[in-house]
Amino acid sequence: MSHALRGAAAIVGIGATRFGELPGRTHTENMSEAVHLALADAGLSKDRIDGVFGADFTDSMVGLSMTEYLGLNPKYIDSTNLGGSSFVNFLQSAALALHAGLCDVALIAYGSNARTGGRAGRGPGSVPYETVYKPRQPINAYALAASRHMHEYGTTREQLAEVAVAARGWAQLNPAAFMRDPLTIDDVLGARPVVDPFTVRDCCLVTDAGAAMIMVAADRAKDFPQKPAYLLGIGTATTHSQIACMPDLTVTAVAQSSPRALAMAEITLGDVDVVELYDAFTINTILFLEDMGFCPKGEGGRFVQDGRIAPGGELPVNTNGGGLSCVHPGMYGMFLTLEAVEQLRGQAGERQIAGAEISLCNGNGGLLSSQVTAVLGAESTL
Amino acid sequence: MVTTSDELDGALGPDAYFAASLAEDKFKIQHCRDCGEYFFYPRAHCPGCGSGDYEWGAASGRGVVHATSVVRLRPEDGADYNIALIDLAEGPRLMSRVVDSAPQDVRIGDDVTAFVGEIDGNRVVLFRSSDTDGKDGG
Repeated sequence: MSHALRGAAAIVGIGATRFGELPGRTHTENMSEAVHLALADAGLSKDRIDGVFGADFTDSMVGLSMTEYLGLNPKYIDSTNLGGSSFVNFLQSAALALHAGLCDVALIAYGSNARTGGRAGRGPGSVPYETVYKPRQPINAYALAASRHMHEYGTTREQLAEVAVAARGWAQLNPAAFMRDPLTIDDVLGARPVVDPFTVRDCCLVTDAGAAMIMVAADRAKDFPQKPAYLLGIGTATTHSQIACMPDLTVTAVAQSSPRALAMAEITLGDVDVVELYDAFTINTILFLEDMGFCPKGEGGRFVQDGRIAPGGELPVNTNGGGLSCVHPGMYGMFLTLEAVEQLRGQAGERQIAGAEISLCNGNGGLLSSQVTAVLGAESTL
Repeated sequence: MVTTSDELDGALGPDAYFAASLAEDKFKIQHCRDCGEYFFYPRAHCPGCGSGDYEWGAASGRGVVHATSVVRLRPEDGADYNIALIDLAEGPRLMSRVVDSAPQDVRIGDDVTAFVGEIDGNRVVLFRSSDTDGKDGG
């Protein structure tokens, strides 16, 4: 018997601001613009929203401020902050609330002016035994994980750089992406060192942007103008907060969350058409591909070589250009989910994966701390 | 139900007791009396078995570099420095800096020794390469 949440809810509206520099605008204004674009996409008025889901680094009670700013009166609200994975996590809590009838129209939204407003994403707040050493977080935690992966498995700087080059290749097919200039492995290696072993090109962008999604229960999903993207499966796992407390620097909680999501969705990796991972740093893509099982542990560096995850490669990964080249406004979870939906709708333009029916998404939060894996599917997969 | 507290830290919680020890140049870690594991950072209960029955002891100060990185600064912002994760001989892993060699020369697997030093006026546990200095971890 299928899991009660398999296919129980669907994303029926998406919206996003321009990605990059939106000077003179607050993070709330960027959120609001995206929300109204998502409402238009779904053909809904804002007064139909009765479930609000949001997280923010600058506002710990953002659920309240979103509600007020947008003029809403929700009967269900969740502003659990897991870092960047929060927005993939909200797919789970929104699906639960919709399935249980606690709300009928769920809004998941985020806005940020991290680039022009000078408020980049911060790491987790409670790291008393690490901040005193002045690690450059969040970059530093991921750099330490990369150093360990390189030590244990012989992963090379060039292999890490290949992740950034592949992302740039996708970004060049995406007119909305912020960085679209050509990028080579040598460019990545020769870029400004930030935290060894990373240069600045191993690290995600810091952009402004807002994004929003509208989710409803599956029995209503076909009442909207766009093709629904159904939540087929989801799994969450958390292992630590501070990086020294990560049980194994080379194995993320994706090794737990991904099998849960795939089991709920009743699919295997071979069924996946497109993969959207939280590539805040180049090592992320390698770790997550391994932990999902696309290749054995330790083989991720070799797996991504020779353009395997780039346009035209065997496995399409981060098809919008990712956090590395498309958009990363402090928290990226919303944006990878939007790309997954666009692919299922067949609206991804030049970067469209022909006939994409299943998208595998992974949100990462904190310092490799929280992982949430979601499987989204077109109607044919129900 | 009152949990067992340790006479060593008396009225201080483990966080304050650790800080007070550092102020006296002592690096102490907690040892769980129930499961026998050492744990760091300081906590009210053992993260392994959940017991509140622990004792404080001087850390041996011996450790091995588990992961390492270099924070690169623009010259006007100061000198580059090392950030490493160190596996203590007792078992726990902690973040620190290895400070007596060039930050990029610190290698995973290096033996290191703890000492109490300062960063920006905060008392902290730092590490130096074991084979270049015989001072103990205090």
